[in-house]
Amino acid sequence: MTTQAQTNYSPSAQRTLTTGRLPRFIEVWVAVAAIAAGALVFAGFGHLDYVAGWLVLGAFLYLVAIGILASIVEGRRRATDRFVRSLVFVAFLLAIIPLVSTLWTVVSHGITTLTPQFIFNPEKAQFDRATSETKLVAGVWPAIVGTLVITGIAAVISIPIGLLAAVWLTEYALPGNPVRRIVTFLVDVMTGIPSIVAGLFAFALFTLLVGPGTFNGLSAAIALCVLMIPTMVRASEEMLKLVPLELREAAYALGVSKWRTIVKVVLRTSVAGLVTGGMLAVARVIGETAPIYIAAGYTRTAFNADPLHGAMSTLAVVSYRNYIDPDPTQPAVTQAEAWGSALILIIIVVILNLIARVVAARFAPKARR
Amino acid sequence: MTATPATAANGGGPQNTGAPTRLAAMKVSKVGDRVFLGLSTGAAWLIMVILAGVAIFLIIQAAPTIGANWLQNTALQDRTSGFTLGYANFWAYVSPLLFGTIWASFLALLLGAPVAIGIALFISHYAPRRAAGILGYLVDLLAAVPSVVFGLWGIVVIRPFLGPLNDFLNTNFGWIPLFGGSVAQGGSTLLAGAIVLAVMILPIITSISREIFLQTPSLHEEAALALGATRWEMIRLAVLPYARSGIISSVLLGLGRALGETMAIAMIVSPKLIFSFQLLTNDNPTTIAANIANQFGGANLTQANALIATGLLLFVVSFAVNFVARWVVGRASTGPRRRRIPTRKASR
Repeated sequence: MTTQAQTNYSPSAQRTLTTGRLPRFIEVWVAVAAIAAGALVFAGFGHLDYVAGWLVLGAFLYLVAIGILASIVEGRRRATDRFVRSLVFVAFLLAIIPLVSTLWTVVSHGITTLTPQFIFNPEKAQFDRATSETKLVAGVWPAIVGTLVITGIAAVISIPIGLLAAVWLTEYALPGNPVRRIVTFLVDVMTGIPSIVAGLFAFALFTLLVGPGTFNGLSAAIALCVLMIPTMVRASEEMLKLVPLELREAAYALGVSKWRTIVKVVLRTSVAGLVTGGMLAVARVIGETAPIYIAAGYTRTAFNADPLHGAMSTLAVVSYRNYIDPDPTQPAVTQAEAWGSALILIIIVVILNLIARVVAARFAPKARR
Repeated sequence: MTATPATAANGGGPQNTGAPTRLAAMKVSKVGDRVFLGLSTGAAWLIMVILAGVAIFLIIQAAPTIGANWLQNTALQDRTSGFTLGYANFWAYVSPLLFGTIWASFLALLLGAPVAIGIALFISHYAPRRAAGILGYLVDLLAAVPSVVFGLWGIVVIRPFLGPLNDFLNTNFGWIPLFGGSVAQGGSTLLAGAIVLAVMILPIITSISREIFLQTPSLHEEAALALGATRWEMIRLAVLPYARSGIISSVLLGLGRALGETMAIAMIVSPKLIFSFQLLTNDNPTTIAANIANQFGGANLTQANALIATGLLLFVVSFAVNFVARWVVGRASTGPRRRRIPTRKASR
């Protein structure tokens, strides 16, 4: 009686340990089938060229199919598990696709423009003898110089301030110090300041100090400082916290003064992390567009390497302005500048990130010992 | 030597406060110490000064236009660059912008946050451990892509990609107000802008929630697995309850980023100062940041002041969002986590 009741009542519960499992690479097969089905559907509508569309439909079909298959063969719990696993993987692909697509778009549009003439020629206006007209030549050298000058000034101001503030937070301020808690909190909140607000701040500051409508590179650098200091503080605070307390205590026990301990022991130990943090902070602000456009203005032709006087262009702003507001007489020049400067900017950012990675990987383990 | 584990374990405990003060008091007598202490303290105070300065300078510049009657101001009714033309006062001008900012950020969060949390789960709990570092780096690389590049990408890739989808949604689901109206032929829709915005906020939400997922006590996870839970059940039982406040605050930080993001909307979406929920048309509400970027170049000085006033409002809104987010994080890290650590020690 009881055995019969059990077999009638819960056949699935009895079999949970030995229940059927889907074959090992079922996910791959289902994925292939789902994408093929997606392609078929789009082919049926006559839109086979809409690749992204059938990939998305395929991903959707795959999720449905794997869920149904697993719930038939493996039961509800395993089916949910498999479904979530697939869902999470699809989410990850959804993030990688934009990354690859963005890089590919910029490289494919910009690679043809990259000639030595385009990169290094400071003369943007060219006099044509045959027609006796002055023509605009595509070139981003002014923007490259502007980017380096503005970001350089911002880095020279922000990195020491950020580093010293981090030193104060980790080495001098006691845990219960109310100022320390306020500063930590404000730094966190400051990382969330919209970049355009930083640009407006610099514009307002220079309007009041110098005069209305002042556009120059220094103003843009100040705007970038507002964005860069909190990043630098956070990054270097994390690194300084990693330095073991024993190292400081050993230095104090030897009679070394506090500031020498900080400079020679604490900063020395964490130098790799600090370099990485600084690089990433620079990489973060070098691609900013809106604050620089507001604070430094934009010049299409002039070459200006003087941060104190006159509008200054950076790569991001050149890309933005040329695409949004192209020169109607020479659309080819503006298109080339838009994509070329975007590509150079991406190359700079990726190089900075790679250097930061390499520095962190190469020096960090040695420093931690 | 005995003091070291105690201070390390307690972090901010009472024993810790004595030693550094005494050391600091002993050593500060030297000149170098004084200079260094002064420099670093000054840097810390400077951060507060800068933040206050941002607020003060924006207020000084914005003040003349916030309370004023715009219809009587000739500079604001200037017909040559008339983007402020016809608005009675600051609030009439800024309210559609504020609506657009919140609506676009909400859409971006709706699209981006679930995906971002999924990615964080994938990297922290599904991907092979050796690959996790590289995958995390790839997502971080997404954060390093300059916003102007995302703008260009949105124009040449996302706009054409959404074209057929826009038509499909409009013809079949046009009765839903979201997809109603006449489809924008150029594709400069709010939907396109929101999708690019969602991509841009993915990395911040992912990186913060990934950190929190990784902090889940492994004993909780192992206990769930030992009871026979599948991986998803383990995540639901051990990881998600532990990380709830962290997820909330990461989403809020993503919202803060979305509120202030300029280029995605400024380059992709065709702007208008309206209240509209339609996603697929040419008449889209624009955001405060995008509006500033679009209009600032052609603005006269009074109009620039008006734009700065809108920027001040954006500053206040995003400050408030970030404030709440950090508060939630702070509460999470001092509250439940501290309660958990002793139980973990006791069980050992």
